[in-house]
Amino acid sequence: MIPAHLRYHRAGDLTEALRLRREHGDLLRPLAGGQSLLPALKLRRDAVDTLLDLGRLTELSYVAARGDHLAIGALTRYHLLLADPLVARHAPILATAAASVGDPQVRHAGTVGGALAQADPAADLPTALVALAATAVLTSVDGARLVPVAELAVAPGVTVCRPDELLTEVRVPLPGPRRWSYRTFARPALEWSLVAVAVADGRVALAGMDRTIRRATAVETALAEGASATAAAAYADRDCEPADDVRGSADYRRHLSRVLVARALADAVEERR
Amino acid sequence: MTIDTRPGAATVTVTVTVNGRPQRREVPARTLLVHLIREELALTGATVGCDTSSCGACTVLLDGRSAKSCTLLAAQADGAEIGTVEGLADGDRLHPVQEAFREHHALQCGFCTPGMVLAAVSLLAEHPGPLTEQEVRHGLKGNLCRCTGYHNIVRAVLAVDAARHAG
Repeated sequence: MIPAHLRYHRAGDLTEALRLRREHGDLLRPLAGGQSLLPALKLRRDAVDTLLDLGRLTELSYVAARGDHLAIGALTRYHLLLADPLVARHAPILATAAASVGDPQVRHAGTVGGALAQADPAADLPTALVALAATAVLTSVDGARLVPVAELAVAPGVTVCRPDELLTEVRVPLPGPRRWSYRTFARPALEWSLVAVAVADGRVALAGMDRTIRRATAVETALAEGASATAAAAYADRDCEPADDVRGSADYRRHLSRVLVARALADAVEERR
Repeated sequence: MTIDTRPGAATVTVTVTVNGRPQRREVPARTLLVHLIREELALTGATVGCDTSSCGACTVLLDGRSAKSCTLLAAQADGAEIGTVEGLADGDRLHPVQEAFREHHALQCGFCTPGMVLAAVSLLAEHPGPLTEQEVRHGLKGNLCRCTGYHNIVRAVLAVDAARHAG
């Protein structure tokens, strides 16, 4: 399988990429690691006019502690998070979530920004970022705006990123969580998570339980009101509308969410840093 | 007549160093890296198995790290150093991972072997070790062997790891 005919341009730097986005908008599809986009193009589930390859924007590959937040460049590849000392110190949940992504080959190519822009409702790293109350930086030639990662995706594959913008950075508030857990349940042979749960202090994020990754607000409220972890976990699927498809029934996903939230909350009782 | 101001082109020139030798080809922009390697450069060690980024038979080294060449455009690899199984041996002397695969009978039909060997090379390069069996199994998660010869493959990789620590 090969993608349909397409055009290709590699951006030399961020300034050029932003100028081209302003001039050509959605005619250009940003390409980061391509680990989700290329399979979609090969299967003809997606189509592009021109790929704007951001893969060489090394200026967007970094992890930096900046006082009140940990900044991660959008082109930072997953495997770099696994051994990054700042991630290990401030937000080890990101290393755990990154280790759950695909396999080593995918982690060598896939990027943090690509995962967010792809808006997959079952993606690992974005789930951890939602629990961390992280913020995405969307940049255009006019400047940058900040969007909570929890509000970035509006539907599978669709984000609030405008045609003239690029997702350039994600910011994790510091100090990082004192208690955290990441739990995922997937079919062993490289499947995406059926359901995944990230817990960071009192915040609980759910993947695979709706059209976008979301906070389990009913669980959070129960915890805040003093409910036990077990009691709070019973609310995991409250207000969720999980898919009912060939990979799993909606009922099974609901069951998984309650079990995984209970386990994740149990993990997160003790400080793990 | 309108002038097409779009950036980019439908054809790209890709310059890569493959197994230490510089190569330059002009290909359609949609060309996958695995097809550049197999069809343009006539190196057929990297095979197309699942063609969906699951099986790892197409694994090559991209700037020293394992990558699935069926899920990268040739254009993305422009300027990179690519390593394929053909470049591992030093003349008649097999690479230590190849030698261990031979020694431990870590291949049956051989279809997955080039990708499996390169995934192991990448794993060993990234992890100073000593590696546990669990770490080796996780490290080879992206490579499927449909002969199910995993036990011997893991033994072979563990043997290379043990040998390098024994000095």
